[in-house]
Amino acid sequence: MLTVSGLTKSYRSGQDSVAVLRGVDFVLAAGESVALTGESGSGKSTLLHLIAGLDQPDGGDIVYGDVTISRLADAARAAFRRDRLGLVFQQFNLIPSLTVADNLSFQSRLAGRHDAQWHAELIERLGLGALQKRYPEQLSGGQQQRVAIGRALAVKPVLLLADEPTGNLDEATADDVLALANDLVRRTGCGFLMVTHSERLAAMLDRRVHLHAGLIH
Amino acid sequence: MSRALWILAVLLSHWRRHPLQFATLLIGLISATALWSGVQALNAQARSSYDRAAATLGGARTATLVSPNGDHFPQQLFVDLRRAGWPVSPVVEGQVRIGGRTLRLTGIEPLSLPVEASAAPAIGTANLQGFILPPGQTLLSPDTLAALNLAEGATPQISSGGRLPPLKPQAEIAPGVLVVDIGFAQQLLGLQDQVSRLLIGSKAAASRPPLREVVGDQLKQVEPDTETDLERLTDSFHLNLTAFGLLSFLVGLFIVNSAIGLAFEQRRPMLRTLRACGASARLLNSVMVIELTLIALVAGLIGLVCGYFIAATLLPDVAASLRGLYGAQIPGELSLKPQWWLAGIAISILGALAAASASLIKAARMPVLAAAQAFAWQQAQQRWLLIQGSVALLVFTAAAGFLLLGDSLLSGFAVLAAILLGAALGLPAVLGLALALGERGATRPLMKWFWADNRLQLSGLSLALMALLLALGVNVGVGTMVESFSRTFVRWLDGRLTAEVYLNAASDAQAGEIKAWLQHRPEVTALLPGARAEVKLDNWPAEIIGFADDPTYRDNWPLLEQSRDVWDSVARGDGALISEQLSRRMKLTLGDRISVPTGNGPWPLTVAAIYADYGNPRGQIGVAYAALIARFPEVAQTRFGLRVDPAKVPALVDDLRTTFKLDNRSLADQATLKTESKRIFNRTFAVTAALNAFTLGIAGVALLTSLLTLGNSRLPQVAPLWAIGITRRKLAFIELMKTLSMAALTALLALPLGLLVAWCLIAVVNVKAFGWRLPFEVFPWELLKLLGVALLASLIAAALPILKLVRMQPARLVKVFADER
Amino acid sequence: MSASNPISRRAFAGGLLALGLGGPRALAQGFAGLGSDAGHFAPVVPGRVLTFPADHGPHPDFRIEWWYLTANLKDADGKAYGVQWTLFRQAMTPGPQRDGWANQQIWMAHAALTSAETHRYAEKFSRGGIGQAGVTAAPFRAVIDDWAMQGTDTMNVSTLSPLDVTASGADFGYRLRLTAERPLVLQGDAGYSRKSERGQASYYYSQPYFAAHGALTIDGRPIEVSGTAWMDREFSSQPLASDQTGWDWFSLHLSSGEKVMLFRLRQSDGKAYFAGNWIGLDGRSEQLAPDAIALDPIGFTETAGRKLPTRWRVRVPGHGLSIDTTPLNPNSWMGTSFPYWEGPISFGGSQTCNGYLEMTGY
Repeated sequence: MLTVSGLTKSYRSGQDSVAVLRGVDFVLAAGESVALTGESGSGKSTLLHLIAGLDQPDGGDIVYGDVTISRLADAARAAFRRDRLGLVFQQFNLIPSLTVADNLSFQSRLAGRHDAQWHAELIERLGLGALQKRYPEQLSGGQQQRVAIGRALAVKPVLLLADEPTGNLDEATADDVLALANDLVRRTGCGFLMVTHSERLAAMLDRRVHLHAGLIH
Repeated sequence: MSRALWILAVLLSHWRRHPLQFATLLIGLISATALWSGVQALNAQARSSYDRAAATLGGARTATLVSPNGDHFPQQLFVDLRRAGWPVSPVVEGQVRIGGRTLRLTGIEPLSLPVEASAAPAIGTANLQGFILPPGQTLLSPDTLAALNLAEGATPQISSGGRLPPLKPQAEIAPGVLVVDIGFAQQLLGLQDQVSRLLIGSKAAASRPPLREVVGDQLKQVEPDTETDLERLTDSFHLNLTAFGLLSFLVGLFIVNSAIGLAFEQRRPMLRTLRACGASARLLNSVMVIELTLIALVAGLIGLVCGYFIAATLLPDVAASLRGLYGAQIPGELSLKPQWWLAGIAISILGALAAASASLIKAARMPVLAAAQAFAWQQAQQRWLLIQGSVALLVFTAAAGFLLLGDSLLSGFAVLAAILLGAALGLPAVLGLALALGERGATRPLMKWFWADNRLQLSGLSLALMALLLALGVNVGVGTMVESFSRTFVRWLDGRLTAEVYLNAASDAQAGEIKAWLQHRPEVTALLPGARAEVKLDNWPAEIIGFADDPTYRDNWPLLEQSRDVWDSVARGDGALISEQLSRRMKLTLGDRISVPTGNGPWPLTVAAIYADYGNPRGQIGVAYAALIARFPEVAQTRFGLRVDPAKVPALVDDLRTTFKLDNRSLADQATLKTESKRIFNRTFAVTAALNAFTLGIAGVALLTSLLTLGNSRLPQVAPLWAIGITRRKLAFIELMKTLSMAALTALLALPLGLLVAWCLIAVVNVKAFGWRLPFEVFPWELLKLLGVALLASLIAAALPILKLVRMQPARLVKVFADER
Repeated sequence: MSASNPISRRAFAGGLLALGLGGPRALAQGFAGLGSDAGHFAPVVPGRVLTFPADHGPHPDFRIEWWYLTANLKDADGKAYGVQWTLFRQAMTPGPQRDGWANQQIWMAHAALTSAETHRYAEKFSRGGIGQAGVTAAPFRAVIDDWAMQGTDTMNVSTLSPLDVTASGADFGYRLRLTAERPLVLQGDAGYSRKSERGQASYYYSQPYFAAHGALTIDGRPIEVSGTAWMDREFSSQPLASDQTGWDWFSLHLSSGEKVMLFRLRQSDGKAYFAGNWIGLDGRSEQLAPDAIALDPIGFTETAGRKLPTRWRVRVPGHGLSIDTTPLNPNSWMGTSFPYWEGPISFGGSQTCNGYLEMTGY
């Protein structure tokens, strides 16, 4: 479903050009959950951002089914993201001025595919029923991340992308949140790619790939 | 579409969570729109009444035919011209008095009246038959009707004995004018079969024979003025108003800019999330523009309503000073055209977009992925201060350029604007420098933090401080100018109004009677006849005043420059005193020759002295009374100044009043005249002062709102200090000190700026606008007062955020550590 | 002006009403008032003998009056033109004539020059009493500003010939000499022309036999022309009934040499009052009975936002006349203060030749 081939990306740092990705090849089958691990600075987040279409690679292709998003223009990539991908970040990235309920339905409404039934189910499964009218600043970190996962899944994406989603959470909460995410991912049948540096969490997913020196091992 | 609406809803949710910030934005837009459109309303009101006055009074908008000597001429010439194919329409005009009030009676012929000459479309079309058939109608403005204290339909008697046709109010008529059919006007004015002038319609006609062929040299053609006299004279006044409106508008936009800038910074993560969730950059930016436009629309409407009230409040003052200064009649009722509303909304939207442009561009260029940039902030600020400082220097250079090269009122204002803009732009750099110096000098850690954190806050506060600087600078400048003016004016009045009693008889005959009567009043030590004639010099209205050769003038008249035998040469009839305005306009200096047009050819005069004539829009020439009468035999010889034993003035005035039935307009003692003149001049600057106060108020609001919006974002800076053991109370005190020190620094900088502005107003703008220059004086006490006001304003502005900090729950401070970052 | 507003023939009163005697509502009232007020003006009664030159001059005792000339002209190349010159007089109030500006007469004039391509027109207004406009009977002279229609030194009062006519507007001008050998023709019943079944009427005479020659000026270019002209004189105090909404009027120069004047006064109830005169070769004027005339629109033109019947079938069966008329320029719209349609026509059928059509109240 997702095929990444020969992906390269480098960043300019002063006079020097630092190659972050040096030809990454990577495949993610439909419904598969994969943990992407690596040391700090190995390029995990860069790879995730490229796969999410947030940035453009220098070379190589990212292909979803029949769509090569690495060749799309900014607006088309935005539309693809909106309709087909779910994103979860370490900093939750909720919209502070919207309530929990509105944050949750935010992307699905933007995509024009809000499904009230699925929305209600997500609320229930994420245990947010009592918090719907609250604003993000009134939630704990674990609660916020659950809202973020709900927002990403509300659009019924083909792939859920998460960048250290539990990095700001304590161990117990992190396990809870990830278990919940995993469960929901299975239920929706979408793929799941999670960047993490935790071996423990990585073990909770189907497969694990390791990024080192800009290459997948 | 629904996608855009959803994004709009998300964007707007920000304001719901930050109502104060939203209020700031609205206040900025509302005050900008209100002051600007208020001033526009005043100007438009005045201009439209000049237009009306011009159209019904002087026909200055239309080409006319008049007799070369300005006299009335036979109606047959009108018939002859019509029969020759000239599309002319006759007008007869004269003064009539009703109950002591002098009004202009204009007789028109509605059938031939050119459409473009009739400011009042109602004349001649609403009810032709009623207008021309007996008893006819007298059209007049509702204001005039009210001033005459008469009801619609009344037929008041005029001084010459006739009765006016029934009065009919009509809003389009200029105040002070009575419009009747030409037939009635000829009768009432005793000008049977006579015409004052002919209006030439612009309607294309077939070829017409040359004027000379039809009427010989009995008539001459006068081309329409592009500007009426009133417009020409009042231009500077309106430019002044406009400049203040513009200044207030800009200060308002400063607020808008800072509010939007802050909102943008706060919404930056939200925008990123929106983009990450798949809202395209283009859609997001368009929706942001729409959001701003909607807000501007709402604020613009509210601003227009406020502007209307501002204009309505100031109108009496404006009308009074226009009447006092220029004799221009402005109706007291505000009437606004639809264009005014549209322009107000447009300026609100354009202003909002302009103020937001920086933020909008930033948003458009913002990458989806947040760059690690917490550190770059400081560098960016340094670079920004450097750039802004350089721009400020450039603008100052431009100011100098305008000053050296410009020669118009507009360039005067350009100098002023450039100085203000340069100062505002340069302020953050100067403050940054001052704070850096303070930081270097500080040794105790808390003091070090005090200065450093102040610097960090600088970019957030700089716009508010810039607004404060501008408002204070202008206040200092205008205050100094007004104060200089009023002192100079009082001294000058003392020199000019030396006779104890001034009177103006109703006719030459009455003047004779009064003179004879005064012979028997021993308390009258001198009788000083005066006369005035009106001429045009270089197409500019000027008056010639004739005065007697008397020690009253020789000893008291304050002259700016004079030749050695000034009074003797004037007494001989070949020397003239000219007003400062005239000398500047016509670039005349002592010894220059001027040629005054008279009915009997030019009158050569030598400039013997130049005197100040504050507040007179017309140029003025002072000549010997006898010489004036000889050159202008037709002028009324009805004016006198009387030298009287001051103790006996009231009794004499009473006797004169009862004996000759003179009213307040024709008889005044020196004290009354002085009070009246000062009153008029105070009103002239009343509007300026009011707008000034508004501007200062807005600057205060800007400071308040900036501090309020900064308050929340300052938590992360304050929380660590609290954590290491500084009480909230102490923190609050430090915060207050920071604000006050910034405001005080700004206010101190505003003082030299204000003096520069004052100098600019006095030495550049006033000279160009009014034609006279005041001595420049500094009033330290006033400056101190203003400094106090500025500190007080910032104290009030800082109080609310500080109180919030003192009362803040420790939990909120703790939260900073719990979940920020 | 809506079609429901009653108007007088030749638009005069309407013109003034549009100028200032009131809006459309007052127009209707004004006309009702005009009817009731007629008592103070001189009445139009049968049997008044028209005398010349006195009746060439103004009749200030009557409310309304006009001097109306239309001409069908051709240039050297045979290109057709039409010319109109009209002077109207209306008294605002009855009673003795006052001098100077107090005079109660108002004068209005229309001039037009029509070709197949263009229709140019101009209008003028003037107060009476001061010499800007007016008419004298002997010597005959009708003027307003620089427009004039005046007899030459040798004018014959019974033929009203020769006359010099001149007028100009911003984009046109003309100067014509009119001559006629035959005497004036009395319209209606010996000059008493009935306008309704309820007695509204006018005094009406014509000179339909004018030969015209002179020069037109179009866009500064002079054009020599000649042709025929028709002059109408009419005065009345109460020319229209209050329910009459408009007027279709024809003056026809027949190829036989006969002349015909026909009109139809439309009523608000959809009916119409017909009248006309047949002027034989001998110059005798025969009043036509209302049912002896048939005027039927056969073609329409949209002009100035209105639909106007610019083509007509005209029949006078008693004289064997059946013709279809065609306008020289279907857009002969007089966009004057009171607007109407007036222009030259030609026709074919039992007779050929040309004439003028006027339509008001559309």
